[in-house]
Amino acid sequence: MKTLVWVEHDGSAVKDATLAAVTAASKLGEVHLLVAGTGVDGVAKAAAQIAGVGKVHVADNAAFGHNLPENIAPLVAELMASHDAFVAPATTTGKNIAPRVAALLDVMQISEILSVEGPKTFTRPIYAGNAIATVESSDAKLVLTVRGTAFEKAATSGGSGAVEAVGSGGDAGISSFVGAEIAKQDRPELTSAKIIVSGGRALGSSEKYQEVIVPLADKLGAALGASRAAVDAGYVPNDYQVGQTGKIVAPEVYFAIGISGAIQHLAGMKDSKTIVAINKDEDAPIFQIADLGLVADLFNAVPDLTAKI
Amino acid sequence: MKILVPVKRVLDYNVKPRVKADGTGVDLANVKMSMNPFDEIAVEEAIRLKEKGVATEIVAVSVGPAKAQETLRTALAMGADRAILVQTDDDVEPLAIAKILKAIGDAETPGLVILGKQAIDGDNNQTGQMLAALTGWAQGTFASAVNVEGDSVSVTREVDGGLETVKLKLPAIVTTDLRLNEPRYASLPNIMKAKSKPLDTKAPADYGVDTAPRVKTVKVSEPPVRSAGVKVADVDELVAKLKAMGVHS
Repeated sequence: MKTLVWVEHDGSAVKDATLAAVTAASKLGEVHLLVAGTGVDGVAKAAAQIAGVGKVHVADNAAFGHNLPENIAPLVAELMASHDAFVAPATTTGKNIAPRVAALLDVMQISEILSVEGPKTFTRPIYAGNAIATVESSDAKLVLTVRGTAFEKAATSGGSGAVEAVGSGGDAGISSFVGAEIAKQDRPELTSAKIIVSGGRALGSSEKYQEVIVPLADKLGAALGASRAAVDAGYVPNDYQVGQTGKIVAPEVYFAIGISGAIQHLAGMKDSKTIVAINKDEDAPIFQIADLGLVADLFNAVPDLTAKI
Repeated sequence: MKILVPVKRVLDYNVKPRVKADGTGVDLANVKMSMNPFDEIAVEEAIRLKEKGVATEIVAVSVGPAKAQETLRTALAMGADRAILVQTDDDVEPLAIAKILKAIGDAETPGLVILGKQAIDGDNNQTGQMLAALTGWAQGTFASAVNVEGDSVSVTREVDGGLETVKLKLPAIVTTDLRLNEPRYASLPNIMKAKSKPLDTKAPADYGVDTAPRVKTVKVSEPPVRSAGVKVADVDELVAKLKAMGVHS
């Protein structure tokens, strides 16, 4: 089987979510990549180094610069004439593009796969991860999105893929990019961080989040996260949100501070290797899944922890 | 401008899903069912556009069992003008739903179709994008702001790492994210009024759509259970345990 993996990049580097998608695709067969955008030579070269990659298709065109699905999906659909599976990371970009590709191919997409069980059989979460479905496709081609935390990341070196330019495609003329407000953070991205420090509603304010959570994250070189309750209360921006409606993470260590552990939040972090919970309510559901639990007032315990760690 | 709003009847988001013992799915017998929360946001956004004078008519559509009428009545009570139920007891996949919606769109010629970004049962996150592909229209997914300006709509999208704004030519597809708005509750008089609003019942065959599933569910199981670890007595013990794991500054 020949797979075509969507390479998510920021114009200069391949994003980590792509590497998990490559691993998933390699379980199906030969791995080809698609790098689309403008001035993406550097990305294409880096992509060709990813272990196990056979070919890198490069579509360098201004129309592909901002991942507009109206322009990208026809390009992918055309390339799918010579591939059997389109595999995209389940990022907001992958989720935006893949179903549009699937419908153009008259294929029923399988979203957010957790494992590859056979050539056409996969597991995926339903009901916010409260149930796991094993599903089998009967379509001639596959369109998949891959949950990044469920697969190991492919190595970024050791590969020697052949880079090949794709000339086709262009601007469909129905959509345009206006602008973006991407939070610039001088710390690891939530979805690829080894350690995450998350704060919840118990913090009570944006100031307390800055005062209590940020120093611990700084000291550990960790990414910052939050529960939906903390986001809704305005303590931090939405892109900090960990949970079913936010980001799905699986770091080595996840600190849940002042987070009670709603199903919604657990769905986003329960695959973390070690979960550390600090909460003054000893009956908080978070303690039912925490590896290390500390029942304490976070306003005393966290600064103490920050000082001693 | 007419707005089409597809809605789905799903297990209420406050109810914890239980996997059936025989592994065939999630138990939906005798549990509370409601409108998919993202679809409520879609209905609300359509109503706000009508209140602003941008939209003239809101048509709610559902593909599902006879009981999905209740979901459509909820949409009507919130402020939709009429409803179409495409009645079927089959579990219809996003691709087939998108095909039905495409056929309804051909007949209704809406300026906007606003959908929830995903239904909280299947979590597929596909129908809007698929409908956009089938119609050839532009798509603004995961919307946190929607502004119609003349013959285009600007959509602010919740993307990994922040927000992104795109401008789409109308007609267009929008899918809603959580922060787009806070849906209203239907008032009692409006619930009464909704009972007399028009609701047409159709079948998938009326639109020539084959709803046979392309993806077979082999089994549904409980997720792996994570057990509780240990409670530590104080910060010092926590620090010691973390350091033993290699976690320190």
